[in-house]
Amino acid sequence: MSLALRERLIFEYSRPGRGARGQWPEAPARSALDALPDGLRRQRRPLLPEVSELDALRHYTRLSQLNFSIDTHFYPLGSCTMKYNPRACNAAALMPEFLGRHPLAPVAQGQGFLACMYELQEMLKAVTGMRGVALSPLAGAHGEFAGVAMIRAYHRARDDLERDEIIVPQAAHGTNPATATMCGCVAREVAVGADGDADLEALRAAVGPKTAGIMLTNPSTLGVFERRIEEVARIVHQAGGLLYYDGANLNAILGKVRPGDMGFDVIHMNLHKTFSTPHGGGGPGAGAVGVSARLLPFLPLPIVAREPAAERGAEAPQYRWLGERDLPQSIGRLTSFGGNAGVLLRAYVYMRMLGREGMRRVAEYATLNANYLSARLQQVGFEAAYPQRRASHEFIITLKRAEQDYGVTAMDVAKRLLDLGFHAPTTYFPMLISECLLIEPTETESKQTLDAFVNAMAQILREAREDPEQLHGAPHTLPVRRLDDVRAARELNLVYREPAT
Amino acid sequence: MPFIPHTDDDEREMLAAIGAPSIEALFDEIPPALRVQSLDELPTGLSEFEVLQLMAARARADGRPLCFLGAGAYEHHIPAAVWSTITRGEFYSAYTPYQAEASQGTLQSIYEYQSMMASLTGMQVSNASLYDGATAVAEGCLMAVRANRRSKSARILLPRSLHPHYRAVALTMALNQGLIFDTVPYARDCGHLDLDALTAHDGQDFTALVIQQPNFFGVIEEVDALTDWAHAREALVIAVVNPISLALLKPPGEWGAKGADIVVGEGQPLGCPLSSGGPYFGFMTTRMQHVRQMPGRIVGATVDVDGRPGFSLTLQAREQHIRRAKATSNICTNQGLLMMAGTLYLALMGAEGLERVAAASMARTAELVAALTVLPGVRRMFARPTFHEAVLALDRPVAPVLAALAQRGIQGGLDLADFYPELGPALLLCATETKNGADIAAYASALTEALRPARAA
Repeated sequence: MSLALRERLIFEYSRPGRGARGQWPEAPARSALDALPDGLRRQRRPLLPEVSELDALRHYTRLSQLNFSIDTHFYPLGSCTMKYNPRACNAAALMPEFLGRHPLAPVAQGQGFLACMYELQEMLKAVTGMRGVALSPLAGAHGEFAGVAMIRAYHRARDDLERDEIIVPQAAHGTNPATATMCGCVAREVAVGADGDADLEALRAAVGPKTAGIMLTNPSTLGVFERRIEEVARIVHQAGGLLYYDGANLNAILGKVRPGDMGFDVIHMNLHKTFSTPHGGGGPGAGAVGVSARLLPFLPLPIVAREPAAERGAEAPQYRWLGERDLPQSIGRLTSFGGNAGVLLRAYVYMRMLGREGMRRVAEYATLNANYLSARLQQVGFEAAYPQRRASHEFIITLKRAEQDYGVTAMDVAKRLLDLGFHAPTTYFPMLISECLLIEPTETESKQTLDAFVNAMAQILREAREDPEQLHGAPHTLPVRRLDDVRAARELNLVYREPAT
Repeated sequence: MPFIPHTDDDEREMLAAIGAPSIEALFDEIPPALRVQSLDELPTGLSEFEVLQLMAARARADGRPLCFLGAGAYEHHIPAAVWSTITRGEFYSAYTPYQAEASQGTLQSIYEYQSMMASLTGMQVSNASLYDGATAVAEGCLMAVRANRRSKSARILLPRSLHPHYRAVALTMALNQGLIFDTVPYARDCGHLDLDALTAHDGQDFTALVIQQPNFFGVIEEVDALTDWAHAREALVIAVVNPISLALLKPPGEWGAKGADIVVGEGQPLGCPLSSGGPYFGFMTTRMQHVRQMPGRIVGATVDVDGRPGFSLTLQAREQHIRRAKATSNICTNQGLLMMAGTLYLALMGAEGLERVAAASMARTAELVAALTVLPGVRRMFARPTFHEAVLALDRPVAPVLAALAQRGIQGGLDLADFYPELGPALLLCATETKNGADIAAYASALTEALRPARAA
């Protein structure tokens, strides 16, 4: 039986009249509120905790201890690039001047910050082979939205109004078709070939005068590099469509191949994956977009521009935001202000520390780790989905044999891994491989960590043969065992209510 | 090699296990013509010491001016415990809680956040956050179109007194889906949204009315009458609110006879630093009847197989990873860490602390306005009550005045010339509890100086 690790709700620590008073400002004279019309005042206080600073700190520290995280556990979550988040990046972003800078502060009082943003744009251009970069999208899916919106704007500007189909491979991330819908397009799925590459015949049949573009991840969500990418680009371009690169797997090719050179017209980058900004328990991310020359006029606002010293008679180059007047064809604004600046600063610091040599090494060691882990897992009896292919930075294991032979599912394996001290890989994605685990070790893990993971997986395979119940019942050692998701959805309990007294 | 732990021995052994002669061989499926030739445009790597020196120099260059800017991002004191807690690795470096058993800390925190936000806004349910205030408004509009089945028009009434960036983002995000936005003017003398301005839409099919409280000018709207007007026409009400103001102002759930239907806003004032515009978090709450139309993650309480209480992501059938093209939104990552900051902030402030922050901010702004409007050529633009922002009318263009204030280390507010040219020289400013009497006096004296030379000329 596992430990009872339940931590009460913060509301249950509440005592009337208690509070973290040292953090509160002094109350102004009551007359300060005289201007508020009576009918528009709040009558009843909201249900917020009344706790001391220690109560709150202890509660949330305890809650934190119920989490797995990169800092505490190997976290091989496929397609999520859970690499180490260097602390220097955090330290720089938390410098008081950066934290205190208002988003609408004059550019004269932001040249230091804007210089970082401009150089980040330039570095991202260089490493992806794109012609322009905008930093404002706040997450990968937000960048996808910007990308597809630009594709639409491009066709519209050419009076090519019929193009509203976005082609996505069967194995695409769910955000791809969802983004197509958000941009008013129809998502059209095309099959993937048996070798994991695109089915070119299916693609040729799918493209036509209604094709706005195609969304691809390369290496694909199947963990293999799309070898005929140049042919794919030719087919789509000849049909009048554009190519969208989903940057979820950019870590695999950083410094080795550039999306711009593969023929992509627009890409989004997940800075929280490839450039190691923290995932924060589900955000913040940053989904910068890059474009080829033909989409430059449509980039979202704002963008940082640099005006060389010579042109302005100034001593140093000056940085400023470009707005609507500078980019009249822009798809417009996507964010309250200029983007997730704090995340962008962290990515900037990370890229400056890596430098040009470091970029290439990211892809090299991420790929080495994935291929090593794939080889070792196959040695101990697991089945790779594409054994004849090189793994990219991630690979797929299918448990369909274990399912048939012992009734053990991918979910069982994932949950048992938690018991053994490893975060589970991505499960049941991509959907076209049954009982799959998508495993991405990243370059920051050592051989010793990977070996320990292999040992854990080998143990699980043994248990599948000898004691499958052990797996069906997992996890056994965590604060809770498997949760009743059906009840969660059927008997919705989404907020705490004060017990009746 | 920064952040890569491999020794030469490791590398040799790993390649042997793979059966590859070199790391380079692992890239042999990539067509050679596509391989990167040179990365010379990128700088060479810096050590941690070097990069932190560079960043410190850049931070210093930006300085720490006295900031009286608001306009959607507000400087409030953030208790030290907020960021020291959320930058713990277990929160900072975890991901979306897909494996519920290994993420109870994040999941329970989200449940607590949902509870606090629902109560603060007077609504029944909350999601786990959206990207920011502007995208929350856009998602609110899209949600209203899904939720209001009586309306066929997908037409949303947007007040011109809604934050101009929020209006712009709503357009960017919703135009491709066929939404129509009609702009409703504000009353020129008082800055509020007048019922008379809405009569043009009487008899028209529209889906929702957006009401920002307080509006972009800081003016407090007559939300009850506006809400009832929209409901009488079978339209939904989307409330856009400042969470700090809700300590004092009637929560949207109590607006008019029936309350607002969807509540959204910028969560930044709750524990998030200004940080040049982000990361912040957007919030969204609604009635239970609309919960399946709500975008974003939602956490529910449930039990495990042993009957022990626990938390998990729920109603995932709305989301992109399940529903793909039919999802309510493409959002997946939200602003988890900032939502944590908001949760910590609300836990430490409680209702009383939050009231004090709101009241002190309102009082400081009133003092600031009083101190500035005694100067010749400076007056209040609008006659209505305001919360913690106000628009001042100047007798000359604002930009040079702000530049002169900046010379004296003061960010004096936002020039409205680009956003609202019809107002003439207009300055939007804000003071929160972080400004004291000396700060306000410093502003007044700097403004006196800034106005003097032009007068003499």
